[in-house]
Amino acid sequence: MERNISLTVNGRQRELEVNDADTLLEVLRDGLKLWSVREACGVGACGSCTVLLDGRPVSACFLLAARLDGRSVETVEGLAGDDALHPIQQAFLENDAAQCGYCTPGFIMAAKALLEEHGDPTDDQIRDYLSGNLCRCGGYPNIMRAVRAAAARTSDR
Amino acid sequence: MADYSIVGRPVDRRDAVQKVTGRVLHVGNMEPAGLLHVAVLRSPHPHARIVRIDKSRAEAAPGVAAVLTGADIAAMPGITPYHGPAFADQPVLAIDRVRHEGEQVVAVAAESRRAAEEALELVEVEYEPLPVVLDVLDAIKPDAPIVHDEIRPSGAFADLAHVKAGERSNICYHYKLRKGDVDKAFAEADRIFEDVFTAPPAQHVPMEAHVSLAYVDEGGRINIHTASQSPSFVRGELARMLGVPMNRIRVRVPYLGGGYGAKLYNKLEPIVALLAMKTGRPVKYSLSREEEFQTVTKHGVVVKLKTAVKGSAMTARKCEVYWDTGAFAEIGPRIVHKSGYTSSGPYKIPNVSIDSYCVYTNKPPAGPFRGFGVPQVIWAYDSQMDIVARGLGADPVEFRLEHALEEGDLFVTGTPIHACGLKEAVRRAADAVGWDQPKAPASGSKRRGKGIACGVKAVLTPSISGAIVILNADGSANVLSSTVEMGQGSESLLAQIAAEELGMPFDRVHVVQPDTDVTPYDTISAGSRSTYHMGNAVRMAAAKVKEELFQAVAGKLEIDAADLESRDGRVFVRGAEERGMTVTEAFLAKFGSLGTTMVGEGLCQPVVTPMDPETGMSEKCTEYWFASASAVEVEVDTETGRLEVLQFHAAGDAGTAINPKYCEQQLVGAATMHLGLTLFEQMVFQDGQLLNGSLLDYQIASIKDVPAACHPIVVEVPHKDGPFGAKGIGETGALTVAAAVANALEDAVGVRVRDIPLTAERIHEALKAARKVNGGT
Ligand code: FES
Ligand code: FES
Repeated sequence: MERNISLTVNGRQRELEVNDADTLLEVLRDGLKLWSVREACGVGACGSCTVLLDGRPVSACFLLAARLDGRSVETVEGLAGDDALHPIQQAFLENDAAQCGYCTPGFIMAAKALLEEHGDPTDDQIRDYLSGNLCRCGGYPNIMRAVRAAAARTSDR
Repeated sequence: MADYSIVGRPVDRRDAVQKVTGRVLHVGNMEPAGLLHVAVLRSPHPHARIVRIDKSRAEAAPGVAAVLTGADIAAMPGITPYHGPAFADQPVLAIDRVRHEGEQVVAVAAESRRAAEEALELVEVEYEPLPVVLDVLDAIKPDAPIVHDEIRPSGAFADLAHVKAGERSNICYHYKLRKGDVDKAFAEADRIFEDVFTAPPAQHVPMEAHVSLAYVDEGGRINIHTASQSPSFVRGELARMLGVPMNRIRVRVPYLGGGYGAKLYNKLEPIVALLAMKTGRPVKYSLSREEEFQTVTKHGVVVKLKTAVKGSAMTARKCEVYWDTGAFAEIGPRIVHKSGYTSSGPYKIPNVSIDSYCVYTNKPPAGPFRGFGVPQVIWAYDSQMDIVARGLGADPVEFRLEHALEEGDLFVTGTPIHACGLKEAVRRAADAVGWDQPKAPASGSKRRGKGIACGVKAVLTPSISGAIVILNADGSANVLSSTVEMGQGSESLLAQIAAEELGMPFDRVHVVQPDTDVTPYDTISAGSRSTYHMGNAVRMAAAKVKEELFQAVAGKLEIDAADLESRDGRVFVRGAEERGMTVTEAFLAKFGSLGTTMVGEGLCQPVVTPMDPETGMSEKCTEYWFASASAVEVEVDTETGRLEVLQFHAAGDAGTAINPKYCEQQLVGAATMHLGLTLFEQMVFQDGQLLNGSLLDYQIASIKDVPAACHPIVVEVPHKDGPFGAKGIGETGALTVAAAVANALEDAVGVRVRDIPLTAERIHEALKAARKVNGGT
């Protein structure tokens, strides 16, 4: 069945018609063309499709859009300003944390949620928080460095 | 090191901003107007005859544009319905018979993915199950069910020209090497070591699954956008299958979300091309992760090794390697050959026999996987190296160093070794892990141990890379290359090479993404070959442009071109920098105008001496060698069998590191991937049905599996013919992980496990069995 929902996406309110079977991932990609939200497993196991739902990291492939009326979603497209990267993006860039880059948006959104919860996370907290995000290029050491650098940068401010 | 301006510097990736903003273009984001989506009905049986297919209800379903079966394709005039890089044994869609669970049977193109999937439910297929063969050793028995009754040759690659269609047997290829007198050496041996090692089929898991898009343009040409590591191959193979000239097909490849070997040769391209031709509309097919598991796998193997020792020397080794290539040969024969001839290791052993067999079974097809089969043979031979060293009471590091081949020595095939930093890699890895330090004491049920392993891979030879460099009148340059950027950093690395050779700034060189209309032929982006092959081609092309540029400047300044040099976009007289000019001035001097370009072409095409079919000997079987060593420290819980890797050192010889950062990333990335394969990854089958075909059930390494101490060691032994001495390093870190961990396991708790993955369960079993033997409980 089709129904109408209202969803705030990257700060902008959207009125959307969705099918009961549509996942949030399908709505963001197919509907809104937010291509940073990527499917890699479809079962909530890899973190590629991580977005923030009311500030909490979720797997967009695993949520039905019809249930999200009135909620707020944030994707990587909402991070960078016109001329500057978000500090987390900058840290990922400077620490070579993106190789093929397919997993990168998911990691960045998970890292954003982490740093909002723990301003100065320990390495174990970083590992715990990011253990649901998979990177087959195996760039984990650089991702660790990037998140540490982002933490230092955000807590400086 | 020579004084280079940009080679050897850790410049940032070109694509970094696109990647951290998520804006990067993938095939998955392409949506031409009128796009149709594909869903495919797959076989529920591992082996069955197709009795009947009724697709009429699906054709009438809402939103459906076309429904295609294998029989439909076979009936299309002028179309060859089979493909494959070694044998043309794989139908685009099954014809008459299915040979593995998940084989593609019926394809639907519809207005949406959901409409296509719903239409599949309306297709009726009647199957008659056939006897199934799953185990690679069962498959070679005389009474085994036969997977293919006939084998059609392919002819796509020169290095596979010797691959002959097999008889009525599941062995579709056999590589043989005979050196010295093995029987005599065994008869005279003091000790004989005999072991069987296994590795299971596994998954590549690129985070971006396979995806391809096709449309027929206004001129009737077939356009393909595809996540492929081999655009040139895709074009040639499609031209052959469709019976059209190569220039009627255009294949373009944007950035890939990982490849690791999964995205080689034809995968989804024939289906989307045929559906686009049938419907006249753009067609896209994106695999789900579950379908990915049924598309291509890593070869499972059984490796039997027998080694003779006299005194402290290894005198003979006999290797039998059985490769489970699944239902279609894919590139299996090339793997069986290229990895087969290295399966006795990079060691001085005077008498060797190798038999390496490519075997069909009713499993999903196995293809190239980061390391191209070499991780499987090193897993076996460098586990056995430790067993032998320990058996002789020798130090495992010293034992390897004593037996390791070095510069000028002949490899087992009779090919001399050049620029192979094997010993340096072993020494540096051993130092890094603190090999000579005393072992950490036991704590509670936990024991620590260290392990080392080494090995070599021979680069795929022959193969071809072509490149074109275009210098524009403003001093910017375009590099045309079919090398695919899939995360390895090739785009930036090729720009570094072109910039260095031309003497232009790095940021003024643009590397064009693969587009078969404009970028020259390249064999594949795989096998750690691009830095050397494409790097050489780009360097040659740039050198030709530079020559033309220098001639222009020399003419104007009335000096000899040999006295010129270029740097930062300016050409000047060596030793007198003020005498010179910019590229623009040189263009004006030569052409009197700026509306032109200088163009150079380069081709890198190393050749081999064909191997003797009986002995496997060749004066030159490969262009260069990759040396790899891994050293690890592990902690094993003797109560649970749980193994944790505490330190990891991945050493590999890059020749010259064109970009040290990328080399380090490749070493660590490959090692991390193979740590997962060593510790927990395996595809589990029951009666031919895959039991763990999703990422919920199939675990890969996460950030928690990588030790805090995970260090790359880039060894640099320049190759005489490499671009600036470079070789390649994409797979090197993968090669030696499994054996190093198993060797550390034995060091820690005294048990030897010969099957990967080294799961807690397996280690626990081995510990229990050892306790029984030792009379404990
Ligand atoms: S695609 Fe959503 S978690 Fe993997
Ligand atoms: S960078 Fe390729 S999967 Fe993470």
